[in-house]
Amino acid sequence: MAAPVEVPVPSPRAEHGRGGGDLRAKRDARAGLALVSPTVIVVLVMVVLPVLWALVLSFQEIRLIDLQSFSLGGDYSLANYERLFSSTGFFAALRNTLAYSILGTAGAIGFGLLAALLVRGSFRGRGIVRGIFLLPWVAPVVAVTFVWQVLLSPQLGVVNAIGTDVLGWDAPIPFLTQREGTITVFGVSLGVPTALLTVIVFEWWRSFPFAFLFILARLQAVPGDIEEAARVDGATPTQVFWHIILPQLAGVIALLAVLRFIFTFNAFDEIYLLTGGGAGTEVLATQVYSLLTARADIGAAAAVAMFMAAVLAVFLFVYFRFFGGKEQM
Amino acid sequence: MTTTARRSKWTRYAIEVRLLRILKPICIVGLTLVALFPFYYMILLSMRDISQVIQDPGSILIGLDELSVDAYESVLKPVEDGGEGFVTFLVNSALLATGTVIVTLAVSILGAYAVARLEFFGRRQVGFLFLSVYLFPPILLAIPLFVAFTRMGLRGELFVLVIVYVAQTLPVCVYMLRNYFESVPVSLEEAAEVDGASRMTILRRVSLPLAVPAIAATGLFVFMIAWNEFLFALLFLAEERDNWTVSLGVAQLQDIETPATTLMAGSVILTLPIIIAFLFAERLMTEGLTRGAEKG
Repeated sequence: MAAPVEVPVPSPRAEHGRGGGDLRAKRDARAGLALVSPTVIVVLVMVVLPVLWALVLSFQEIRLIDLQSFSLGGDYSLANYERLFSSTGFFAALRNTLAYSILGTAGAIGFGLLAALLVRGSFRGRGIVRGIFLLPWVAPVVAVTFVWQVLLSPQLGVVNAIGTDVLGWDAPIPFLTQREGTITVFGVSLGVPTALLTVIVFEWWRSFPFAFLFILARLQAVPGDIEEAARVDGATPTQVFWHIILPQLAGVIALLAVLRFIFTFNAFDEIYLLTGGGAGTEVLATQVYSLLTARADIGAAAAVAMFMAAVLAVFLFVYFRFFGGKEQM
Repeated sequence: MTTTARRSKWTRYAIEVRLLRILKPICIVGLTLVALFPFYYMILLSMRDISQVIQDPGSILIGLDELSVDAYESVLKPVEDGGEGFVTFLVNSALLATGTVIVTLAVSILGAYAVARLEFFGRRQVGFLFLSVYLFPPILLAIPLFVAFTRMGLRGELFVLVIVYVAQTLPVCVYMLRNYFESVPVSLEEAAEVDGASRMTILRRVSLPLAVPAIAATGLFVFMIAWNEFLFALLFLAEERDNWTVSLGVAQLQDIETPATTLMAGSVILTLPIIIAFLFAERLMTEGLTRGAEKG
C-alpha cells in the first residue's frame, strides 16, 4: 500500500498557535481527498460510467454483432422503448417482478420478525440457533437453489415423495416447472401460479435471516423499562408487542422494506437458477439476461434495465418524500 | 365491575403467557429445522448413491453403511480422468475471492478512514455516490461492462472479474470500516499527532492496528460475496470452462448429464468454506452491518 500523500509535517507547536486550526483543516482536507479518491475513481469508472453508457445504448439499435463498428455517434431513437411497451412479455415480466418483490419482501420481513422475537430471550443454545437462522442467507446462492431444485423435484425430491406417500397427493407436483396448478379447497378449485409461488417461498427462506439480523439488533437496543412497567400494569404479551415493541421497530422495518424491495426487484440469480425464468416466473432481470445473451439485442436489454432503474428511482423518491430521509447510508 | 374486568384481564394474560410458553419452543424448533434441513439434505445426498436416491427419494435417514464419498471423488477428479475437474474451479474461486479481498481492503481502508476522520470537500456526497452502487440493478451494470470487455477481448479473464467485484464490494466495505474507525478514540490519534506523526503514519501505526479484527471480519465478508457471486461470473466466464468458479461449475453442469449426487458434492464443497469463514467472523461481521439499525 503506497502512501498517496506526502504531507509536510509542521512542528506541532506551530499548529497550536494562532491560525493553526486553519492549517490543520487544510491539510486534513487534502489528505481526505487523496485517501478517498481511489474509492471514488473505482465507483465512477465501474458504476457511474457504465450506467450512463447503458442509457446511451438503450436509445440505439445495437446488436452484439455490430460491436466492431460501434460508436457513440450512431442513430438515436426511441425504438427500443416502443418495442418494449408494445410487447406482452414485458408486462408479464413486470407483473411477476412486482409480485415477487412485494410478496418476497413482506414474507421475509414477517419471518425475520418472528425469528427475532423468538431468540430475544435467553435460552440454552441461543447462540447456535442464531447462527443457524443466518445460514440460508450466508450460503452460496448456487448451492441452495440447487438443493431446493432437488428437494422439490418430482422424481428425486423428498417433498414429493412425502407428499405422495404420506400426505396422499394424487401425483407429484412439479413445483418449479408448472405454470399453473389447481388446488381444491372445500370443493372450490382455484388456479395458482405454482412456480411463481415456489420462488417466492424460496425468497422467504433465503432472506428472512437478513431481516432477522437487523430486527434483532434493534430489539437488543430497546430499553426494557417501558416494557417492564407495562407488564406490571397487567399488559399481556401481545399487548406489549403491539403497543410497545412494534412501534419501536417501525423505523428498522421501514428501512428493511426499502432494502429488500430493491434487492428482490433486482434479483436475477434466484429465479434464473431455480426456473431459468420459465413456467411463468420471467422477471425483468431474467428478461434482460436473455435479451443480452440469447437474442444479443443490446439496445433492448439496456432499455429494460433502464426501465428497472427508473422504477426504483421513483420508488425511492416517493419513499423519502413521505417517510423523510432519516436513514443514513 | 372492576373485579370482573380485572379477572378477565388476568385470564387473558394467563392464557397468553401459557400459550406462548408452549408455542415458543415449538416455533424455535420448527424454524431451526426449516433453516437447517436443506443443508442436511445437501450433505445426505452428496453421500448417497444416485440409484438409491431414485429408488427411494423419501428416505431422509440412512444407515452409515450406505454412505460413500464416491461423489466427492468424481466431482474433484480432473476432466481427463472422467471427473468434473472441480479442483480447477476451487483454485479459480480462491484466486478471484482473494484478489478481490486484497484490492478492496487496500482501497476501502483509505476511503473509510478519510470518511470517518477527515473533513474534506464532498465528504457528505461520497455516501450518496456509494448508495448508487446498490440502487442500480446489477444486471444494468452488467450490460455495458459485458459490451466493453467483449470489445476489448478480455471478457473471459479472471482479473477483469476482480475489478468488477471490487466495485461491487467497495461501498459496503467503506461503510463497515468507517463504523470501526469511528469507534477508535480520537484522543489516541491526537496524542500521535502531537508527537509529530503525519496522517499516513497515524493511520498505519495507530488506527490500523486497533481495527485489525474489524478489517479481518470485513475481509472475510468480501471473500464471501466474491466466492458466492454468480451473475457476473456467468456472463463473463461461461464460455471458458478453465476459468469457471465453483458456483459456475455447479450451475453450468446441471444442464449436462451429471448425476445430482455428484453436483450435491460440488455444492457441499462450494458451501463449506463460506460456513467456516462465517463461523470465524459472525459477531464482528453482523455488528458491522447492523450498526446503523440500533440507533433506530
